Amino acid sequence: MTDFAPGIVVERDFPDAARDALANTQLRRNIGKATNTIRAKRLKVVGEMPDWQELREAGRQIKAQVARHLDTHLLKLEEAVTAAGGRVHWARDGEEANRIIGEILARHGAREVLKIKSLTTDETGLNSALAQRGISAIETDLAEVIVQLGEDRSSHILVPAIHRNRAEIREIFKRKLAGTENLSDEPAELAGAARRYLREKFLTVPFAISGANFAVAETGSVAIFESEGNGRMCLTLPKVLISLMGIEKVIPSWRDMEVFLQTLPRSSTAERMNPYNSVWSGTRAGEGPEEFHLVLLDNGRTDVLADEPARETLACIRCSACLNVCPVYERTGGHAYGSTYPGPIGAILTPQLNQPGPAETLPYASSLCGACFEACPVKIDIPRILVHLRGKIVGRKKETLAGKFSGEAIAMAAMARIFGSARLFELAQKSAVIGQKPFVRGNVIPSLPGPMAGWTAMRDVTPVPKQSFRQWWRAERGAESSAKPGGSA
Amino acid sequence: MQVSLFISCFNDTLFPQTGQAVVSVLERLGHSVDFPMEQTCCGQMHLNSGYRDETVGLMRRFLDVFEPCDVIVCPSSSCVSTVRTSYPRLAREMGDAELIRRTDALAGKVFEFSEFLVRKLGVEDVGAYYPHRVTYHPTCNSLRALKITDAALALLRNVRGLELIELPKSEECCGFGGTFAVKNADTSIAMLTDKLANIRSTQAEVCTAVDNSCLMHIAGGLSRERSGRRALHLAEILASTEEGMRQ
Repeated sequence: MTDFAPGIVVERDFPDAARDALANTQLRRNIGKATNTIRAKRLKVVGEMPDWQELREAGRQIKAQVARHLDTHLLKLEEAVTAAGGRVHWARDGEEANRIIGEILARHGAREVLKIKSLTTDETGLNSALAQRGISAIETDLAEVIVQLGEDRSSHILVPAIHRNRAEIREIFKRKLAGTENLSDEPAELAGAARRYLREKFLTVPFAISGANFAVAETGSVAIFESEGNGRMCLTLPKVLISLMGIEKVIPSWRDMEVFLQTLPRSSTAERMNPYNSVWSGTRAGEGPEEFHLVLLDNGRTDVLADEPARETLACIRCSACLNVCPVYERTGGHAYGSTYPGPIGAILTPQLNQPGPAETLPYASSLCGACFEACPVKIDIPRILVHLRGKIVGRKKETLAGKFSGEAIAMAAMARIFGSARLFELAQKSAVIGQKPFVRGNVIPSLPGPMAGWTAMRDVTPVPKQSFRQWWRAERGAESSAKPGGSA
Repeated sequence: MQVSLFISCFNDTLFPQTGQAVVSVLERLGHSVDFPMEQTCCGQMHLNSGYRDETVGLMRRFLDVFEPCDVIVCPSSSCVSTVRTSYPRLAREMGDAELIRRTDALAGKVFEFSEFLVRKLGVEDVGAYYPHRVTYHPTCNSLRALKITDAALALLRNVRGLELIELPKSEECCGFGGTFAVKNADTSIAMLTDKLANIRSTQAEVCTAVDNSCLMHIAGGLSRERSGRRALHLAEILASTEEGMRQ
């Protein structure tokens, strides 16, 4: 089974990856259908809540408070987990987390380990790290099973196989699972095939790895909300349970969970409540796992915390509502983002956890339409953060010679200079009327060279008219009527 | 009322007829319009592209030019949203108390054109006549940042002769997004294609909106498709009258 490199190493520029994705007709149909369906369902269940806006605000405030006192809450969590019989490990980065988890499993001589769907383990590339130690990670979430058996990569935070339809899933199962010769593409039959495969694993593999939706500092309780019951199996049957959690997932108290229990399921699966809500605190003799490890992962999160305008990024509860409403994601799907975290939240999170390079194209993968902000259950102002990150990228580039003298930087500086003076601006308007002449055909410009060629690939350009508004005003009203307030600047 | 027109660099250069329409409607309603000649650009493109230093320069310039005005009206929701929302935020990020005071004061004085007519003047019928089948595209800034879709629709419903057709999936972005349309041209075009299909399904001859930037992108596609439809700024529909058509 192929395992992929750590989940946040973006290998291609977004515009290039998007071009390929846009040309994939099956993907376009599958993702378009799925996102439109879930959008309508989300609107319906959110509409049932008269206090939805208050809940969003409450969620935002809880997360802001967590971020401000993250150190205190984490230490409290460690203390409570330890007191309840669990063990807490601190991991600076993905590699350290993978090593900690690998060592725990190696100590027990594990060859296989069950996994509950976890973005954080995808981020650290845990499966491939375990494979290098000869340990097979077995995904148990149905969509993750499809992705793993299909030697594929997740394309959605919540529905990793959203880019697949049932005919494709049937083919994957027939190729990889025994006893599926006569499998149809009926959802119930497909789920049945996965269940038979998984049931055997649940009953024989005594090790499991999970992520965490939340961890309550006051009691050291860790929570997993899910729909299929595979999580419940993994959390209760094995002997050893290891949970990997980003440090931002801690919440102060049980009372805070009340807010997210209302907003998370409605925003993610468009359900009023998740079918399975599992919360455990440490270990207990005679029931559940005998050994529990909680691995707390930084991996760049403290850097996000330090960048105040971007700090809100850490409030994300990974519901995926922003993906489902995003007009860009709807068309490109998740793979184009090249990261565990696709869509609008990925466009702000991935580059912050990354090195400069292709990931820097992600903050530009948005028209800033604001649909994500509107849908976000913790009110992360994603468009604002996208613009902030663009500013940081431009700032970094300006420090290099190549960046300082790039076509874009020169054009932007020139335009700023032109806009710095009404006289220069008017001169530029007049020059454009003359400069455009070779390109005008009839009353449109059908084709332009250079960076504007992307525009004219599908869009005619409106030529600059001979008379600008200010020229018309001066001719009609004279300069004196314009002087009224305005003053000199 | 004395109204100062902030035309936006984009309209000034490419769509002077939109500015003329704004002047015509406001004067028809008995208001007096001035045009501060020193105005250029609010800096939106620089801001959204990450050129912060340049934006700050343009913001200071904009403040100098428009601070003496009592009421500023602009036929572009994205420019209004820059002045109303982004300026005060930028000033706060800079931690400049004087700039915070100035941008806050300015933010309360600037209005998008349709917003100004309906919310500030309380006018929904401007006496316009436009005998065409029209569909309205709520641009993202007017819909989500300024929340003025109701105002624009109220104005359109009161235009005599105009048949207003609801645009399917109207709230979805057209794919313009400023430099997005060039930097991510393929994705932008994919979004536009769906917007055009929705416009076509209304069988309207005209698609209108309150932002010429989005409309230029939509018009470019309509023109390329030889669709026999066009895009037109709301102000130009409102400026159209029976008398004007006879001339």
